[in-house]
Amino acid sequence: MDLATFLIQVLNGVQYGFMLFLVASGLTLIFGVMGIINIAHGAFYMIGAYLAFWLTGVVGNLFLAIVLGIPLMVAIGYAVERLAITHLYHRDHLYQVLLTYGLILIFNEAQKLLWGTGFHGVRVPAILSGAVPLTDTLVYPHYRLFISVVCLGVAAGMYVAINRTKLGMMIRAGASNREMVEALGIDIGKVFAIVFSLGAALAGFSGMIGAPISSVYPGMGDQILIISFVVVVIGGIGSIKGAFVGAMLIGLADTFGQVLLPELSSMVVYALMAIILFWWPQGLFGRRV
Amino acid sequence: MKMSRALAGFLCAAVLGLAVTPWLAGEFYMDLMIRIMILGIFAMSLDLLVGYTGLISFGHAAFFGLSGYILAIVTPESGPITLWYALFMCLAGSAIAAAAIGWVSVRTSGVYFIMITLAFSQMFFYYFNGSVELGSSDGIFIFFRPDVTLGGFALIDLGDEYTFYYFVLASLVGSYLFLTMVLRSPFGKVIQGVRANEARTRALGFATQRYKLVSFIIAGTLAGFAGFLEATHTGFVSPAHLGWHESGMILIIVILGGIGTLYGPVMGAFVLVFLQDKFQEISDLWLLLMGFFVIAVVLFLPHGIAGLFARLTGARPADGTEVGDKGLAPTVPAKSREGADGGGTA
Amino acid sequence: MPKKQNSTTTRRRFLVGTAATTGLAVAGGVLPTRFAIGAMAPIKIGILLPYSGTYAALGNAITDALKLRIEQAGGKLGGRDVEYVAINSEMSVPKAPTNTEKLIKKDEVDFLVGPVHSGIAAVMAKIVGKRTAPIMIVPNAGSNAVTGPLCGKNIFRTSFSNWQPAYPGGELMAKEGHKTAVTISWKYGAGIQMMGAGKEAFEKNGGKVVQEILIPFPQVEFQAHLAEIAALKPDAVFAFYSGGGATKFLQDYAAAGLKDNIPLYGPGFLTEGVTKAAGAAAEGIKTTLHYADTLDTDANRNFRSAYQAVAGRGADVFAVQGYDTGSLLLQAAAAVGGDVSASADVIKAMEQATFPDSPRGDWHMSKAHNPIQDIYLRQVVNGEQKLLGVAAKQLEDPATGCKLV
Repeated sequence: MDLATFLIQVLNGVQYGFMLFLVASGLTLIFGVMGIINIAHGAFYMIGAYLAFWLTGVVGNLFLAIVLGIPLMVAIGYAVERLAITHLYHRDHLYQVLLTYGLILIFNEAQKLLWGTGFHGVRVPAILSGAVPLTDTLVYPHYRLFISVVCLGVAAGMYVAINRTKLGMMIRAGASNREMVEALGIDIGKVFAIVFSLGAALAGFSGMIGAPISSVYPGMGDQILIISFVVVVIGGIGSIKGAFVGAMLIGLADTFGQVLLPELSSMVVYALMAIILFWWPQGLFGRRV
Repeated sequence: MKMSRALAGFLCAAVLGLAVTPWLAGEFYMDLMIRIMILGIFAMSLDLLVGYTGLISFGHAAFFGLSGYILAIVTPESGPITLWYALFMCLAGSAIAAAAIGWVSVRTSGVYFIMITLAFSQMFFYYFNGSVELGSSDGIFIFFRPDVTLGGFALIDLGDEYTFYYFVLASLVGSYLFLTMVLRSPFGKVIQGVRANEARTRALGFATQRYKLVSFIIAGTLAGFAGFLEATHTGFVSPAHLGWHESGMILIIVILGGIGTLYGPVMGAFVLVFLQDKFQEISDLWLLLMGFFVIAVVLFLPHGIAGLFARLTGARPADGTEVGDKGLAPTVPAKSREGADGGGTA
Repeated sequence: MPKKQNSTTTRRRFLVGTAATTGLAVAGGVLPTRFAIGAMAPIKIGILLPYSGTYAALGNAITDALKLRIEQAGGKLGGRDVEYVAINSEMSVPKAPTNTEKLIKKDEVDFLVGPVHSGIAAVMAKIVGKRTAPIMIVPNAGSNAVTGPLCGKNIFRTSFSNWQPAYPGGELMAKEGHKTAVTISWKYGAGIQMMGAGKEAFEKNGGKVVQEILIPFPQVEFQAHLAEIAALKPDAVFAFYSGGGATKFLQDYAAAGLKDNIPLYGPGFLTEGVTKAAGAAAEGIKTTLHYADTLDTDANRNFRSAYQAVAGRGADVFAVQGYDTGSLLLQAAAAVGGDVSASADVIKAMEQATFPDSPRGDWHMSKAHNPIQDIYLRQVVNGEQKLLGVAAKQLEDPATGCKLV
């Protein structure tokens, strides 16, 4: 592998990592704050992608579709939290896995009823349809660069929101000591509802912004779900920083695994996860749960 | 593991019912019952981990599928293989895999344990998925069911549907008795102590990780046994047999049946398979119905069918079920759990 | 129902004779009055196809077109009513044995239509192959094995073998002057078999495959391999993906700038049903398949408008396969006047079936029960599969390992 190809593969790995981070951040946020394992996170991602497809068709522009889609995702997340998740806060992880699995089945069927079973594409907005030449045969699309910038923005935004705002303070406090927060008169139920809605919106947003490169099809949520969990677990469940590092590691490991170890490529990320958990049983940046 | 008289009577009646099924039901239901009993063994093995040791494995199908692949590999294309040899290879293979995975996994706990078991089963999944010699994602056939011959005369020919049915039934009863025995042994008391309060058990001087590992190996080997039966039954194994969907499905069966009861998961297998059969017939959207059903179980039937059954017969569920609500809650003292039959729930 | 066989034998003989004299059209109207009550029961067609998940669209297309064909013929098979028992396969191989057994033993279907997935096809073929009934018709799954080592008297296929659409693609690539190529696909049965056939044809015609890339199924992260291809700089790329994976592959291939530099070829599934989703990324790509949307025949035009009317969406190759499955059932039932328990006669009728009104053009069954059919050369132009010509005339699968041949 020459240097140019190596650098291109690094770029690919990092970019894939950014995308993974975007999906995984919502997952880790929900777990870190609420202690809920939400395996329906992939379904939110899928719903987001379908909303992007549908709304882009209606309003004619992806950005406008995303602006309209995010409130919808927040509403869906809020409804799910109020109707189902709220009964799970004092229950074992086992039941969380099970209930959210039930949600996957329902969302998948709902998608089928609403949008049918075909495959759909979403156009890249015209201003981002160009590309940067890398070699004489290879170019890099502007839209992928744009996604990377957005992911960095989201990461920075989450960092600021959690460390510098009142909501962030409540979230941090709720994560570390639920009883104390309640004793201070903060409605923890409300904080949880907000966090879950935000998490769902993040997953949906990932699906929307990723739609032009992922395309939109039934069952797309299942594929992203497991790999997002790997990212979250490597980084340490509940840690945004961990999710970022985990996403980068997985993005690079997967990319280079495919090129260097094609026979074993898909085992590479899981082997990496096993090794990391062997040395850091709580993940890289995890705390005891 | 004391059980009420009503329950003991019910279980005996159930076994008797299973024993006469081949004479009453048609070919299809006999086949379906075989599948249910195999899933029952698989579910019981997971219950040892989830319901008694407090380890939630999301990768239990790894052993189920691995064992099937071992059978596929050792069975020649020319004729059946000796039952004992095939069984030994499958069980040994599952045990070794469980020892290796368990050795790494029991160091973690809670969600990390869920995820690391998932990671390992996915590694197995992708290994077989990518192995062209073993049929990659399409899977591989086993053309002959194992048998036992003595001087050219078939003593046990699993190729015969009735022989196979009773072999599976005997396996189910045998697995139940075996696990009951394990749980009544001193070892069984310790792993239940681990589940109730690991720190306390450790403080009492038990090397809890080692106990968890042994429990994991027993469960993995028994899951391998179920996988051996399944592969023998269908003559087929594919990567999907060890994917996370299978692991999730068997978890659902255990919870639906009632964790920490052993017989509950078997009932869970029964109910889930029959529900699937019925839902498929009444609606195109049966997965939607299934989704609502699963949620309803979580919200309204936390002790599963076993809990419901216990309530109906007025008996208390066997020890362990009440933890369903609190899960790994370390505050529940082991004492009160053992006294659950006497009426004290924590 | 083994007991019934004796009593039906004479009736069957009588019916076949009657059917031959009264002709197929009248058969529907006249014969039912002659049936014993038992035979008046509807003919049961079991369907095992995916209705959820990534390949749900295929399951729907096949089912809709199958029903359309039978409706067009009056909604009856050999004068008997039809009852469909459809099960969602969920693309789950572990559930396949139970689902198949259910259709055979519980619902006691006369015909078993399915599946889409090759792994499930193998499971079904293995169960069905051991029995004399029902008769299985594969409306999609292309695994070479189904009409190869697993072939059986009562197993038919109305779609294709993986070898068929891929082989002419490799030939085409060499004929258009390319010397080196990279193949890329998912690492599973269909991918491996199609890439194998494409490579075989390409190298036979003087080309050289310099790299074979197989990606774990159903992964859709292509970036790393696209960079690899860009570094290898082959003359052409031969690819097989389908559905959502195909859409994403075409888009990524175009977005990486490779489409303008290294032409892409493949079996027609690469561009089938995804041209709208992939948009400009699919434009100009040449593929080979046993069907093309723009085939200029009355049969095709009529089929497309009828399908559009009932299904509310455009027809694709999967719908054609479902439609021809319907034609095959009609001919089979008509030949025995609806008495489909006469399985030897049914099978004979199916082996001799002709498809003059098939949207894909006439075809017939090989000895291994796989279509001998034309493979077309198509190119995506303005989002449509434009027909460029016939890539291979009446192509027959080699059916390696089939004992019927």
